[in-house]
Amino acid sequence: MAVTRNDLEGVSRRAVLVGGAASGFLFAFHLPARAVNEPVQPPDRTDGRFAPNAFIRIDRSGTTTLIMPQVEMGQGVYTSISMVLAEELDADFAQVAVAHAPPNDKLYANPIFGIQVTGNSNSVRAFWKPLRTAGATARAMLVQAAAQQWQVDPAGCSTANGRVIHAAGGRSLAYGDLADAASRLPPPKDVALKDPEKFVLIGQPLKRIDTPDKVNGKAVYGIDAMLPGMKFATLGACPVFGGKVGAVDDRAALKIPGVRQVIVLDDLVAVVGDHMWAARKGLDALVVTWDEGANAHLSSNDIWEDLRAASRKDGVVARSAGDVAKGLAEGDRFEASYELPFLAHATMEPLNCTVHLTPDSCEIWTGSQVIARAQSAAAKAAGLPVEKVTANNHLLGGGFGRRLEPDMVVAAVRIAKHVDGPVKVVWTREEDIQHDIYRPVYRDTIAASLSNGRIVGWKYRIAGSSVIARWLPPAFQKGIDIDAVDSAVDIPYDIPNFSAEYVRAEPPAVPTGFWRGVGPNNNVFAIESFIDELARKAGKDPVVFRRDMLDKNPRMLAALNLAAERSNWGQPLPARIGRGVCVQPSFASFIATVVEAEVDEQGEVYLHRVTSAVDTGIAVNPDTIRAQLEGGLIFGLTAALYGEITIENGRVKQSNFNDYRMLRIDQAPKIDIHLIKSGEPPGGIGETGATAGPPALRNAIYAATRVALRRLPIDRSLIAVGNRS
Amino acid sequence: MTTLTINGQQKSFDAPADMPLLWVLRDVLGMTGTKFGCGIAQCGACTVHIDGKPVRSCMLPVGAVRDRAITTIEGVGATPIGARVQKAWLDLEVVQCGYCQSGQIMSATALLATTPNPDDSDIDAAMAGNICRCGTYVRIRAAIKRAASERQS
Amino acid sequence: MTLSARSVLFPVVVVVLVVAGVWFVRGPGPMAFSGGPKVALADYKSNDPTGVPASLAKADLIARGEYLARAADCVVCHTSQGGKAYAGGLAFNLPFGTLYSTNITPDKETGIGNYTDQQFLNALHRGIRRDGARLYPAMPYTSYTYMSDADALAIKAFLLSLAPVQATPPANTLTFPFNQRWAMGFWSALFNPDTRFEPDSSKTAEWNRGAYLAEALAHCGECHTPRNLAFALNNRNKFAGALTAGWHAFNISSDKNTGLGAWRDQDVASYLASGHADGHGTASGPMGEAVDESFSQLDPADVRAIVAYLRSVPAVASTSLPAAVAPPAPASPREGAMADAHGKMVFEGACVSCHGWTGESSISPFATLTGAWAVNDPDATNVAQIVIAGTKRHAPDGAISMPAFGNAYSDGEIAAVANYVTARFGSKGSRLTARDVADLRKQTAR
Ligand code: FES
Ligand code: FES
Repeated sequence: MAVTRNDLEGVSRRAVLVGGAASGFLFAFHLPARAVNEPVQPPDRTDGRFAPNAFIRIDRSGTTTLIMPQVEMGQGVYTSISMVLAEELDADFAQVAVAHAPPNDKLYANPIFGIQVTGNSNSVRAFWKPLRTAGATARAMLVQAAAQQWQVDPAGCSTANGRVIHAAGGRSLAYGDLADAASRLPPPKDVALKDPEKFVLIGQPLKRIDTPDKVNGKAVYGIDAMLPGMKFATLGACPVFGGKVGAVDDRAALKIPGVRQVIVLDDLVAVVGDHMWAARKGLDALVVTWDEGANAHLSSNDIWEDLRAASRKDGVVARSAGDVAKGLAEGDRFEASYELPFLAHATMEPLNCTVHLTPDSCEIWTGSQVIARAQSAAAKAAGLPVEKVTANNHLLGGGFGRRLEPDMVVAAVRIAKHVDGPVKVVWTREEDIQHDIYRPVYRDTIAASLSNGRIVGWKYRIAGSSVIARWLPPAFQKGIDIDAVDSAVDIPYDIPNFSAEYVRAEPPAVPTGFWRGVGPNNNVFAIESFIDELARKAGKDPVVFRRDMLDKNPRMLAALNLAAERSNWGQPLPARIGRGVCVQPSFASFIATVVEAEVDEQGEVYLHRVTSAVDTGIAVNPDTIRAQLEGGLIFGLTAALYGEITIENGRVKQSNFNDYRMLRIDQAPKIDIHLIKSGEPPGGIGETGATAGPPALRNAIYAATRVALRRLPIDRSLIAVGNRS
Repeated sequence: MTTLTINGQQKSFDAPADMPLLWVLRDVLGMTGTKFGCGIAQCGACTVHIDGKPVRSCMLPVGAVRDRAITTIEGVGATPIGARVQKAWLDLEVVQCGYCQSGQIMSATALLATTPNPDDSDIDAAMAGNICRCGTYVRIRAAIKRAASERQS
Repeated sequence: MTLSARSVLFPVVVVVLVVAGVWFVRGPGPMAFSGGPKVALADYKSNDPTGVPASLAKADLIARGEYLARAADCVVCHTSQGGKAYAGGLAFNLPFGTLYSTNITPDKETGIGNYTDQQFLNALHRGIRRDGARLYPAMPYTSYTYMSDADALAIKAFLLSLAPVQATPPANTLTFPFNQRWAMGFWSALFNPDTRFEPDSSKTAEWNRGAYLAEALAHCGECHTPRNLAFALNNRNKFAGALTAGWHAFNISSDKNTGLGAWRDQDVASYLASGHADGHGTASGPMGEAVDESFSQLDPADVRAIVAYLRSVPAVASTSLPAAVAPPAPASPREGAMADAHGKMVFEGACVSCHGWTGESSISPFATLTGAWAVNDPDATNVAQIVIAGTKRHAPDGAISMPAFGNAYSDGEIAAVANYVTARFGSKGSRLTARDVADLRKQTAR
């Protein structure tokens, strides 16, 4: 099954009618600005194609094309979404094709965000109801069309594998044969959804739709866009954040065979050539004097000092319960601060965008988590109305939040303004790492008190950048970043006196953005690290300590118990090998994770085994859930071991995989994922592993060495023998 | 004019001798299955076979290839081992975003060609140069073993 | 013996002892080994070994000075990382503190814009600054002292033709007694011959040109000749190899096993001109810089002359290198040296893609480890340094580089991979520790 190009015309023609609010915890808000997936146009009855809503197209030949409102970046969502749609539609799953959705904030808005975006592990959660409704509505219309043709009661008809069947009459019709007739019917309201007991697709480990082309080189990512007459460009922005181009000597660059032009913009230079090699060599040959500006002396140390100062101030209370002051006055009080570094995304596919700009049109090819935003950003950069911009989305070679930003599109359009004909702008890996939009630095301070082995007071303060305030301003209200406090306001434990507060502290100059695991990534690390420290103070086993505070959270408790059992929790281990546990109710999934790791005498860490137990509600595709946890754990463990972007003289020190390290296969642990059966609505899963890995590893190191690390990445010198802190 | 043998076919083109094979494949010949990830031989996304051996095409000057046979992801499925590896990859759903997987499959195929029954340390030695940012390592290991065992069956 | 005889004899004995002691410590001069009669330059009948090659004979003073400045490799030491050329500020990390190179652009306040010819010659030949203060011998004036006045002043003309850069290097941080510049006067008196190059009339013109280039300009001995207790070159072991600025400068005497004796002329020439010779590895670190900034820019005849001169340097065996370099390692990672499991892990992740399991690179001969002294050095000094800092070479097929791993890999990991690499590709594995690597990091100039 191939992933086809954007289904452009189908969408502009047809209307959508799906309702439903988001399920599960995410943001406790909905943007008031716009109803989601609203009808935009009356049905078009001219071509006999059945397009009952934004997601489903059935043509006369029976080809069923499902339009993907969420982008495929490896999380398997094209398959999961297709399964949900096909389940209610009773389509023949082997025959469905999928297409990338075109930019359209109305038709393809994510119901939780109110705009067209893939992120926050909410694709299945947010679209669960809307997609089921869309599938069921289309099915009802097809049944209606068949019943009319046969002159029978629709109630006597059933559907399966892309056919309407009238068992009593011994008749059946393929959906393709009904497309024309169905397209003339008005969509019914309030269709009934299937009883989950009757699901035939959902819950099965079906093969992914996008993978066959990914093993034979045929899959097309943004970076693979190829147009006749296309040129290739690469760019270099001022290495110092906020700096400008001073003087450029391009004589040597222009002498390189294949170099066509050198483009100098106010903050970046680009070289255009016949291929990336010429462009790259040309860029290296440019002699650029940068006007480094105000940040020329900025360093990580300054940023940390600022953040530490900010984190000592009171924040805005995001949630409180009981009487924190009183709670903290009881029993023994402890306090700790945890610090998390800037991180780059380093998606495997470097940033890129291809642009063909003419005086009155602009077409772009890229891979974006926000294709509608990319389209409007391109329009703005091109100085064209948005209708003049065609945006083609692609498979993403990794997103992780990086492709929630359209900066690579804007840069490419600005370059394309100076290029005659189409140009593909590909970032070098060095540029990708040095001009990322980074996971912010955070500092979390927790004060807690223990009485009778339980936590009776808990005061949690997050200090760090607000990505939401920049990225989705309407959602930043009353000084609280709802993402930054996610998993801190809804901590799983039963703590009588509680408060969580937020201090917005923007690092100077360094742009910050979402990174796989978003808010929970930060908060779960601090919370679960401190819980381990408290368990030790209380003289309790870390699992027992947690278990004792989870009596009101049965889903979390069940996951913890299962993970503990399957990881052989409590069984003795040799010296310098430890197990660490972490629980998290993030993204509406309940996950407990145990990492077993060894620390050698020099402080090198070896990952032995990871065991996760997960209750993510109804598991749409259990194999995808396992895969996402496996991959997410590696992602998080990579960050815990190595991830840190540092700033020196206003610029990022790291440059490529030699100094921004990735975990490799020979370091990967054995991973066991255990799914807990559940009838609850689906939770999010794509980011959970990234969140689970770091605290569980940190706690395993604590168990192995008795060194309480409070900072990531892990400082190996602190856990070497003879260097105990 | 340079002529190379790629996946059994002769391809002729103009390119400077110092141009890495990766860019010849992608930008000159339009064979985009081979991926760019780092350009410094640290990630393996650009792996192709030169006379059956895995080589990082991002650093291999095209002038150094001469008459040696090149196999890319577009052609590796035509070899029995390559086809087996691709099938194992699908059977075990190794792939996530997929961007690294061309390189992973090329490295795995080269491994099985020299080591039909690799153990974990053989897999580590052959595959540690291929980064997967999506973290599919656990399944890569399993799929290599699966591909190896299917030879026997 | 009478008392008076004794009283006469005693000082004589003392003087003889002191002279002998000085002679012993100072040792022979750098060209003493040639043994032939030395004549003053003015009296030398054959081609003048000083100056520029024939192709530049008619060039103006500045162009000639530029060639000579290249040959003397001024720029490498007088440029800091990322700084303006010749503006100084490069840090030399010595055991007793840090020394910074000076600004030799024509800036009048911070550079050498106010130097008279004589002041410039005093600095180059005698190690005496314009203000009379003594230079530290990190400035190789004991080599430059052999340079002719004409050549030195051509270099001055070139330097003064550059754009002035206002830049003051950081203050040196030497500890007592090394911060006492005046003491360098005594050192100089002992160790600086303060004499210009004298050709050996028994040798060919090519040899004499090579000697002049190698000794007066390229100052090879400053890195490749071991030093004595007084930190002066010990020419009894001329070119036998030494540890300089955290890198091993290998034996370039004619020793067959551990020096250049078994190299072909074209190998030595290629190594100088391109930083690489097949089967002998690739230059990195300070030698890589010398190739980039100096040897690669020399006239081929001058490179040949240096080779001819090197050939004549008596063999001195190194004890620090094995007698033979190791052949290629087995193709399978299962075979061959297994010394360090952790090192193997680093290697298979970050290194093998270029260097291969055999040590013979599938990417470029410049990345081949087999045969290189660096991997046969049981101290693994240069292997560790290259892993830390990376390296870049200009191969015929274009630039090829290895990235620096020092920022992301721990001292323990670097030690482990160095030990693995030397065990697998060399004839005797190293035993570096994390502490050794930490020390190496501290010694490099930056
Ligand atoms: S692109 Fe060649 S190894 Fe990364
Ligand atoms: S599958 Fe995404 S990088 Fe490997």
